[in-house]
Amino acid sequence: MPSLQSLRRKIAAFKNTQKITKAMKMVAAAKLKRSQDRILAARPYAHKMRGVLSNLSQRVNRSAHPLLQKREVKKIEVLVITSDRGLCGGFNGNIARKSAEFVRQCEAQGLTVGLSIVGRKGRDYFRRRSWPIRQEWTGVFDKLSFEHALDIGGDLTDNFVKGSFDELHVVYNEFKSAIQQRVIVEKLFPVDAATEFSAAPAEGVASGAYLYEPDEAVLLSALVPKHFQVQAYRILLESAAAEHGARMAAMDGATRNAGQLIKKVTLYYNKTRQTAITKELMDIVGGAEALK
Amino acid sequence: MAGKFLLEVVTPEKQLLSQQVDEVIAPGSEGEFGVLPGHCHFLSTLRIGELRYRVDSQTHSMAILWGFAEVTPTKVTIMAEIAEQAEDIDVERATAKVAEAERRLQAGGLPSEVKDAQISLEKARLRKKIAERTKKTGHA
Repeated sequence: MPSLQSLRRKIAAFKNTQKITKAMKMVAAAKLKRSQDRILAARPYAHKMRGVLSNLSQRVNRSAHPLLQKREVKKIEVLVITSDRGLCGGFNGNIARKSAEFVRQCEAQGLTVGLSIVGRKGRDYFRRRSWPIRQEWTGVFDKLSFEHALDIGGDLTDNFVKGSFDELHVVYNEFKSAIQQRVIVEKLFPVDAATEFSAAPAEGVASGAYLYEPDEAVLLSALVPKHFQVQAYRILLESAAAEHGARMAAMDGATRNAGQLIKKVTLYYNKTRQTAITKELMDIVGGAEALK
Repeated sequence: MAGKFLLEVVTPEKQLLSQQVDEVIAPGSEGEFGVLPGHCHFLSTLRIGELRYRVDSQTHSMAILWGFAEVTPTKVTIMAEIAEQAEDIDVERATAKVAEAERRLQAGGLPSEVKDAQISLEKARLRKKIAERTKKTGHA
């Protein structure tokens, strides 16, 4: 039987843990609110952009812009978006598992796969398994801004144009709600004509006539890189919001578990204490009885 | 006339507007263009300028700083880097910005700095113009 003192210490330790997880939950909730507002505000723009571009890509000559070119797929790049910090439940684990699975699938088809990774956790995961990482970005989520999207989008578009890879897929957590994330594998390069977001793709295709101002080439060279920056930004925002949501849920669970443990140990502690008191009483009563 | 069509204005920060309108005049990079219902498909880049749209007999205006416009017979989508409703612009702040940009332009410096200053001057003047007019007429 553990001593009363060690039980008291245990309860105190659980209480401390609970305080920490509770504080983390609050912080995550506050951050979630902010990043949720940002992603919800950014989504319409990104989706419109995507609609316009996929509409456009059906109509224009694909060779008009290097980023629209479809090549025979030999090398693909997988961009994995994870978080920089842990303690957020299955957030990073799900991503890592999904991307590893995806990479294996592609390799099974005889494709060469490169890895680009955002977030410290993902980098560590793949580094531990000593998979080659082509490019990594860490510390992005501390102060997420459009600059990061420019940086990441720029690097990837450059490499696509150079021919380092023929297709780019992104694996990231989509923010569904505060307590729900969904792991998504999405193809970014090259742009496919019809996607789920494209606004009425059939309309207008039939009519064919489409005016451009300034001319097609100038317009594309402005629109296409912008599109990828915006998509990169949206994906980063999705992931940030999802991360805070996941952390909040995880910390909520941890706080509740700590509460349960405290209850259990406290009960045990009280029982033990009572037993000790009873024993002492019996000793005294026994002693008094013997003196009679 | 074929009735109204949908005007949507989105920026990376938020969806600013989604409304049925009668007419839109947008600042295309190669000159302003007007859109009425049933316009043919059209895609254009936008420059810094004023976007005007008419609902019934009321005209509203908005400051647009770069972006793209996609026009279909039933819908106009404006994707702007920055867009501000005339009502939301603070005249005093806009005026202060104009002064600051002018000062920066005077100060000169590297070519890139001068260009920056020119752009911010153009932006600030546009804001000021729109905001002042809105104030005068009482509504946009």
